[in-house]
Amino acid sequence: MNEDILQRVQANPKFAELVHKKTSFGWLLSIIMLAIYYGFILVLAFSPATLGASLSGGVTTVGIPVGIAIILSAFVLTGIYVRKANTEFDELTQQIVEEAKQ
Amino acid sequence: MNKWLKFAAYAALATLPGLAMASGAIEGEVQKQATNWTAITLFVLFVGVTLGITYWAARRTRSASDFYTGGGGITGLQNGLAIAGDYMSAASFLGISAMVFDKGYDGLIYSMGFLVGWPIILFLVAERLRNLGKFTFADVASYRLQQGPVRTFAATGTLVVVALYLIAQMVGAGKLIQLLFGLEYSVAVVLVGVLMVMYVMFGGMLATTWVQIIKAVILLSGASFMAFMVLASVGFSPEMMFQKATEIHAKGIAIMSPGKADPIDSISLGIALMFGTAGLPHILMRFFTVSNAKEARKSVFFATGFIGYFYILTFVIGFGAIMLLLNQPGLMETVTKNGKEVTQLVGGSNMAAIHLAHVVGGNVFYGFISAVAFATILAVVAGLALSGASAVSHDLYASVIKKGKADEKSEMRVSKITTLCLGVLAIVLGLVFEKQNIAFMVGLAFSIAASANFPVLFLSMFWKGLTTRGAVIGGFIGLISAVGLIVVGPTVWVDVMKHEAAIFPYKNPALFSMTMAFFFTWLFSVLDTSKAAAEEKQKFDAQFVRSMTGIGASGASKH
Repeated sequence: MNEDILQRVQANPKFAELVHKKTSFGWLLSIIMLAIYYGFILVLAFSPATLGASLSGGVTTVGIPVGIAIILSAFVLTGIYVRKANTEFDELTQQIVEEAKQ
Repeated sequence: MNKWLKFAAYAALATLPGLAMASGAIEGEVQKQATNWTAITLFVLFVGVTLGITYWAARRTRSASDFYTGGGGITGLQNGLAIAGDYMSAASFLGISAMVFDKGYDGLIYSMGFLVGWPIILFLVAERLRNLGKFTFADVASYRLQQGPVRTFAATGTLVVVALYLIAQMVGAGKLIQLLFGLEYSVAVVLVGVLMVMYVMFGGMLATTWVQIIKAVILLSGASFMAFMVLASVGFSPEMMFQKATEIHAKGIAIMSPGKADPIDSISLGIALMFGTAGLPHILMRFFTVSNAKEARKSVFFATGFIGYFYILTFVIGFGAIMLLLNQPGLMETVTKNGKEVTQLVGGSNMAAIHLAHVVGGNVFYGFISAVAFATILAVVAGLALSGASAVSHDLYASVIKKGKADEKSEMRVSKITTLCLGVLAIVLGLVFEKQNIAFMVGLAFSIAASANFPVLFLSMFWKGLTTRGAVIGGFIGLISAVGLIVVGPTVWVDVMKHEAAIFPYKNPALFSMTMAFFFTWLFSVLDTSKAAAEEKQKFDAQFVRSMTGIGASGASKH
């Protein structure tokens, strides 16, 4: 990358906007995922009986739907990110790239 | 080369049925299997098709970029399937269904840990990786640092992870074919090693990716059918399935709850599984096969969906195996382990999914699933071999030894020789580690990936202050401490080396070794006041702009 393009990109307020949006959204979703998973691990570690409790009187435990829900949450979160990144973020990126070339 | 390939293809095809015919020599304690022609036909068919693909790919693989990344033109969906395929290894399919079969709910916990690393990879790593790298994750880690030391470290981390993963796959392959045909374990291991070398050496990433995609599709279809049949047998009532399973399982109702686990060990395992994924070289390499960041993101989305779905299937399959296989006549055997008589499933718990296929789908489906499991191993070991070969040829040979001045031809020749060496190594390791639990071996690989590769890769992209000295010292501390703590921990010190008590009390070292890697990488970077370090920090801005916008990123090669 030549010095000119680099400086133009850095000077472009849209670049600051992209960095802010992409970084904060990425971290937000990461923290949600980490909280869900390590929340589960902590319950597992310190109060396993909670997950072993019967769901509705039968042998199925609370842990089963919780486990399935965590798997689904991972998929849903990736879907949310891809949707936003492939439209909004990419559009902004495109603009920055175009403007840097001029 | 093409002539040679053709000959080898015929030779491999010719040996398969011949080997299968040798199934007369079954040991007394292994249940006698009639020669399963369905399985043999499907094996041969799969090998034939994949060698055909390899032949096609070999003709298109000319440049180094073709060899390492398949030319960079793979789509997001294709790459998502290939990533899922890399992840749905024999260790996952057979190992996790075995874990559910043995322990119930604990198997699900394991799968969850494997899955939740994916969103993190997407949010923080995937597109930065795609924008900065070319062939290997070392490209990214060494982007603004000194090539020699950083790539040496990254290649070491890659090779250790690849070796451990290979062991798990080879052992799975040996056991599977042994059970299916009554073949010698060693023969099966050699067969897998030979096919792996052929795929990678001739077809490069293109062949490796398509073998992986085909296998992912048939594995998902087969597992879906099994889970469907299991649920159909209980009128689609999971409660009924759990009910029946708890009645028959030796642990009873306990299989519905998490087992007793040390809190520190659980957290440490969680860290290893989650961040290990983001440090697996053969997976990271797949992000360079797509054309841009957009496709890289899509790959993760599809991969997460397929992998999550697959883990739900293995959970149902594991419980189905408890319900339909346990204590059934003809499916149990008594073996002597450590001087004690143990009653187990024929061939061990790792064969739960295979036996279940027989019960729910008859001979034809049994043959199909056996062929799929075999295909799984072949596809995964090919990806591993390619990753290991790239580390040696692209990182060590071209960048460290030749200082970036190697011509493509000699670089590719080195990668092919390395593939051959890795094939031999895989066979030898497969033979040495015959008796190890295969799911546990993969866990080891994850601990090392999380403690060595991940911290350096992550800090290189996110922290301006990272210097060569910090990355190399911190990374090696992570690698050495992960290996060292595993050796002095219960799994090796007590179980393998037969000492009385472990020096390090936890099975999973990642919590400690990853923390140490991050800490020392930070410490040695901060303490580094050299001129080189100042320059490295200065280069961060340009790297950051490229990682964010993709300006200057390598595109797909044109054909």
